[in-house]
Amino acid sequence: MNLFRPLAIFLGLIGVWQFVVWATGAPHYILPGPARVARALIARWPELIGHAGVTALEIVLGLALGALLGCVSALVIATFRPARLWLLPVLVVSQAIPVFALAPVLVLWLGYGFASKVAMATLIIYFPVTAAFFDGLRRTEPGWLDLARTMGGSRAAILRHIQIPAALPALSSGVRVATAVAPIGAVVGEWVGSSAGLGYMMLQANARMQIDVMFAALFLLAIFAVGLYAAVDAGLRRALPWQAEASLDN
Amino acid sequence: MPIRKPSPTSRATQPAPAPAIHLHAAGLRYGGRVVFDALDLALAAGRTTCLLGPSGVGKTSLLRLIAGLATETQGDVVDEAGRPVAGRIAYLAQGDLLLPWLSVLGNVTLGTRLRGEALDGPLEARARDLLARVGLAGHAEDRPAQLSGGERQRVALARTLMEDRPVVLMDEPFSALDAITRFELQALAAELLAGRTVLLVTHDPLEALRLGHRVQVMSGAPARLDTALEPAGAPPRDPADPALLAQQAELLKRLLRAKEAA
Repeated sequence: MNLFRPLAIFLGLIGVWQFVVWATGAPHYILPGPARVARALIARWPELIGHAGVTALEIVLGLALGALLGCVSALVIATFRPARLWLLPVLVVSQAIPVFALAPVLVLWLGYGFASKVAMATLIIYFPVTAAFFDGLRRTEPGWLDLARTMGGSRAAILRHIQIPAALPALSSGVRVATAVAPIGAVVGEWVGSSAGLGYMMLQANARMQIDVMFAALFLLAIFAVGLYAAVDAGLRRALPWQAEASLDN
Repeated sequence: MPIRKPSPTSRATQPAPAPAIHLHAAGLRYGGRVVFDALDLALAAGRTTCLLGPSGVGKTSLLRLIAGLATETQGDVVDEAGRPVAGRIAYLAQGDLLLPWLSVLGNVTLGTRLRGEALDGPLEARARDLLARVGLAGHAEDRPAQLSGGERQRVALARTLMEDRPVVLMDEPFSALDAITRFELQALAAELLAGRTVLLVTHDPLEALRLGHRVQVMSGAPARLDTALEPAGAPPRDPADPALLAQQAELLKRLLRAKEAA
């Protein structure tokens, strides 16, 4: 992969950041410059990386769980008509409630620890995965289904050999979207109530006016989110070589 | 691309005896519209029948009805002994319908997988033999995306033959190909499908006259079939034959009338 473009974008953003600091003359407790944030990053590294690990685990677990539940739900509603009629409205309603509004309840039920954050991430990931996979399962090329029927394939065999593989590019788009939004769930959960994680650390730093530490935590979160997206994107491309064009940058 | 001629001994894939097919009082509705009604059609056993007609007249619908894929239908599709024909039909649609995630070999053996049958050595050998016969011997492991349009249609033909059904229904199988590729594939299909009961839907009068033992025009709403044209000689016929060209003119006249009637 060509690393020039990402690196140029990264340095460009740092440049813009430094320019804004310089042009507005903002005090460091409102907008610290890149150098100050870098110093905070180095000084608080062990603490930061520990919290980053917690948040990363929440996000990855939420992603795995949300994607798994989403796939199962999509398969069920695509296969059984009664399930579709009953579950689809529930699914839409579940998505109409902002996950931010659910966060306090989840923290109340699941505690300040790990579980409530994973649940938040799972919730936020579940819907895009379910919607995308269900859509893919429904939009199987009709000609493929006709062909499979004349070949004498059972419904289960057609699902397994035609519909699921045909829906994988749509599923992978859903997983990409889910990966991009996954950190939101975990961090919102940490803000509402937690004892560890980057969101927790940001809140603590904010309360103590350590804005440079806050930015350092934000920086780590961004790096992790971008890295996770790149890894998932690369993994999906490898797994589905026949549909590379489903990716965002083509 | 060289096409391997089958040696007389390599015809191990002799299909089950091809049945004649009779449609009695077939009717089909599509979205409330009567596409055809009380339609009778006979496909002679082991012969190729070609069906022409204006776009939208119901040729594809008729093909789907015979294949058992249409809904809202009346009438029955039986062989000469009055038995249903389901399970004896292979279907080659307008597009090649290759699955992009499977290799060429995987596509040819799709039916085996769908029926949950084991893909054993002899079966795979037969698939490779069929690929060789359609001129794609070295391409078994390729992905469909690596092939040209003509090659993809050859794979679709091999997949159809792999099913080894005595009845083959084809819906404009060569319409998306360039003239030369189409010409080659017509000859190949005629050779490989000989002895089966074939219904070929096409909009190309010359293709119908090259490949068909009988050629019929479908027209009107609800659609009707005219009397069959029966070109002399065995397909694939020489397109430069003056008799064939005269019949092409006659067929074009019929198609023009059919279009005006629509």
